[in-house]
Amino acid sequence: MDENKELLNLTSPRVYNHMNKRNQIWIAFRTAFPYTVPIFAGFVFLGIAYGILMSSLGFGAIYPILISIIVFAGSIEFVAANLLVGAFNPINALFLTLMVNARHLFYGISMLDKYRGAGKKKWYMIFGLCDESFAINSTINVPKHVDKSWVMFFVTLLNHFYWVLGAALGGIFGSFIKFNTEGLDFVMTALFVVIFLEQWMKEENHISSLIGLGASIVCLIIFGGSNFIIPAMLVILGLLTLSRKSLEKAEVKTI
Amino acid sequence: MTMGITQQIIIIAMVVLGTMLTRFVPFLVFPTGKPTPKYIQYLGKVLSSAVFGLLIIYCLRDVSLFSRSHGIPEFMGVTIVVLLHVWKKNMFLSIAGGTIVYMVLVQMIF
Repeated sequence: MDENKELLNLTSPRVYNHMNKRNQIWIAFRTAFPYTVPIFAGFVFLGIAYGILMSSLGFGAIYPILISIIVFAGSIEFVAANLLVGAFNPINALFLTLMVNARHLFYGISMLDKYRGAGKKKWYMIFGLCDESFAINSTINVPKHVDKSWVMFFVTLLNHFYWVLGAALGGIFGSFIKFNTEGLDFVMTALFVVIFLEQWMKEENHISSLIGLGASIVCLIIFGGSNFIIPAMLVILGLLTLSRKSLEKAEVKTI
Repeated sequence: MTMGITQQIIIIAMVVLGTMLTRFVPFLVFPTGKPTPKYIQYLGKVLSSAVFGLLIIYCLRDVSLFSRSHGIPEFMGVTIVVLLHVWKKNMFLSIAGGTIVYMVLVQMIF
């Protein structure tokens, strides 16, 4: 009741500020939403595939739901599903995660200035800086009267929500699925092939892509399936460091 | 499921730690206004294509060319994904198409 009274009394500066802020946040939400619509379909689709995969590996729905909330990084969640059914090797898990997600370092570096003025929201926005949030937030343009930091916050929050929603749907309904799910784990291979192709079509030269494929195949042959990841990562880092001069030169030439 | 719950929690904690390190480190290490080391910028640019190459091989690590199905379902599945993606550039179509072909092959033929 007190609140109602206050709301009517618009001359009170405190109430006016409060309403103005809520209004700003609502405008920011409405600005952010259309940008995230294309992500909605993709995340719900991949999230469902992830939830069903986890369910087919014998994990209850709580696993994909919790993991998608606290990790919120699609590729590594698929990999983590594999890690959870393999041999217990936490060091391997940590290094693999660092390598798979190393590209986030680059996203963070690009967003240092853009996220600076966001106050406490900044910490959540950094937590949720996945490929798609970066893609939108690094290019988004908002009208002057809209609070950009709230827009970027809602972009992150909505993407996070879509991903968890998909994983929850897949995890819950996965246990009711009666058809034979053998071979469903290929969804992860297909996802990585698609991302690899997308990068292949964008890049100026394919040296880095070929180093990744080639070094991994050679290390797989030498070290075998359960031990090749860490040597492969070291070889990739080494080769990329060695070819830095020629790769950067190639870049200058194309400019 | 072969791990106990404690081991599962440790694995997931490692994945969370690794992911959060890659997201928070730039904001903690590089104060705004100072240029980022050139080597780090370079790695940020080139590492991701190499890593997705690694991940593809990681997914295919248990394929044996000399026994069982000789890797034919995997080869067919990847080929379908590549063809569909070059043709339509539609992520859903490519992933769904490749996965369905693979599932049919491993369930009915091999």
